[in-house]
Amino acid sequence: MIEVRNLTKHYGDKHAVNDISFTVEDGEILGFLGPNGAGKSTTMNMLTGYISSTSGQALINGVDILEDPIKAKSYIGYLPELPPLYMDMTVKGYLQYIYDLKKCKLPRRAHLNEVMTLTKIGDVQNRIIKHLSKGYKQRVGVAQALIGNPPVLILDEPTVGLDPQQILDIRSLIKKLGKNHTVILSSHILSEIQAVCDRIIIINHGIIAAHDTTENLSRSISADHRLIARIEGPREEIIKALRNIPGIKYCRADMQREPGIYEYELEAEPGNDIRRDLFAIVRDNNWPLLAMRSAEMTLEDMFLKITMGEGLVIENPNDKAEQKGEQA
Amino acid sequence: MGAIFRREIGAYFTSSIAYIFLAVFWAFFGYFFFETCLVSATTDMSGMFQSMFLICVILIPILTMRLFSEEKKQKTEQGLLTAPVSLGEIVFGKFFAALALYTIGLVMPFFYALILSKYGVVEWGIVFSNFLALFLMGAAFISIGELISALTENQIAAAVMTFISLMLLYLIDVIASNLNEGILQTVLNRLSFFRKYMAITCGLFNVSTIIFYISFAVVFNYLTIRVFERRRWS
Repeated sequence: MIEVRNLTKHYGDKHAVNDISFTVEDGEILGFLGPNGAGKSTTMNMLTGYISSTSGQALINGVDILEDPIKAKSYIGYLPELPPLYMDMTVKGYLQYIYDLKKCKLPRRAHLNEVMTLTKIGDVQNRIIKHLSKGYKQRVGVAQALIGNPPVLILDEPTVGLDPQQILDIRSLIKKLGKNHTVILSSHILSEIQAVCDRIIIINHGIIAAHDTTENLSRSISADHRLIARIEGPREEIIKALRNIPGIKYCRADMQREPGIYEYELEAEPGNDIRRDLFAIVRDNNWPLLAMRSAEMTLEDMFLKITMGEGLVIENPNDKAEQKGEQA
Repeated sequence: MGAIFRREIGAYFTSSIAYIFLAVFWAFFGYFFFETCLVSATTDMSGMFQSMFLICVILIPILTMRLFSEEKKQKTEQGLLTAPVSLGEIVFGKFFAALALYTIGLVMPFFYALILSKYGVVEWGIVFSNFLALFLMGAAFISIGELISALTENQIAAAVMTFISLMLLYLIDVIASNLNEGILQTVLNRLSFFRKYMAITCGLFNVSTIIFYISFAVVFNYLTIRVFERRRWS
């Protein structure tokens, strides 16, 4: 279990992480979502004892990382943003070194083989790490975190640089590990966090912008009421007609995709399904509807939404206090 | 500590630094052996050992330059510092690895002494005390190089800075001899590495010298630990 209380890190007068609190229960997968430079890595570095916090506490299985770092670190398997790989070692040699470094007590050969099978790097075990592809290197990084079977796994952007198949592999591996490990996972890819995590913390400018279960967050940002439609016909008339749909919030023409054919972005008030109305309009006007899809919300959209809408105004200290109270 | 020590030794040999160091070190040993023992037909190896002081000043930076700078540059430091080991284990693991490779280099004079013992009488006591002096002085030099390596992520910068530092230690005597009699000269003479080393190579074995070198190495290893602690807390 991980407990974080009012964790803060200042570099001079720059607040990298400001007063973050959360807990992760055993067997839970927590996702850390945020743009680059939001403070995800800094938080993880504090949790793993790589850097100290300016104030606040981080407890790993009840052990304070600053008070008894060696004991706390022995509970953690950590994959930093850049896997700490020694490029001139073989995969097997490197994992053996990590095994010794962590003073692991598990049966050596069996445990190493188990980890290599789990991360699917058994076939490259005798190759020098610097000759491996990025995907393999990343998986060796995951493997080193798993050595010693630590109860807590902290993975900083574990799928960066992997191809789609490898991303799926790693995700299913993390899900599997989440059954008997406590996992914190960071990413700036929304779908990845959604696919894997039980709970999500959105972090921006070093503070928690939102903290909820994946289900709730997904619902609040769900894109059902945002549509993108590709319609053939006169642009101005189409826009005028679409803007008359009841419950619509805005409509604008996007890019010209094919000669004379535009994509239109529509957003309805939450709870309104405008797909049928849209279809009725194009049918009545005889404008061929060439494509229609729901607009995926980008991370940027979500940030705007979470930081500016929904009543979570992060710049306001009173609101922040309220928000903290809710979490506690 | 064992894991770090073993990896470090492995890295010396895979990165070819070990071979380069040993080859150059032994080449100089061989040359000085030839010049001071064989040419002058003596079994007194003190001249050879005296000449090795400057070779250590030049070669030890190569041994220590990548100890920490490389870890920092390749970001492997993060793995090391988040592993359940103490800073002391990390620093001493690396120190002893460098010291071990250096000690392998020091084995050579014993072969020379064996060769000489075929043809004349070798004063084994002097050979051993010379070996011990070179060993302890190397340990102190390595601890300086280690500290400097922890301060930068550039191997070359670490090597150059270490070389300059060791050179300054070597030149303490020159500086001291240019000073008028005074406290500063006394202090510098007491600090002098070269003077203490020369005394041993001449057969003047002194416990305080041993303690000087060892405590020097301990202090610099401690300072290296402090560098990492400070960085973590900054």
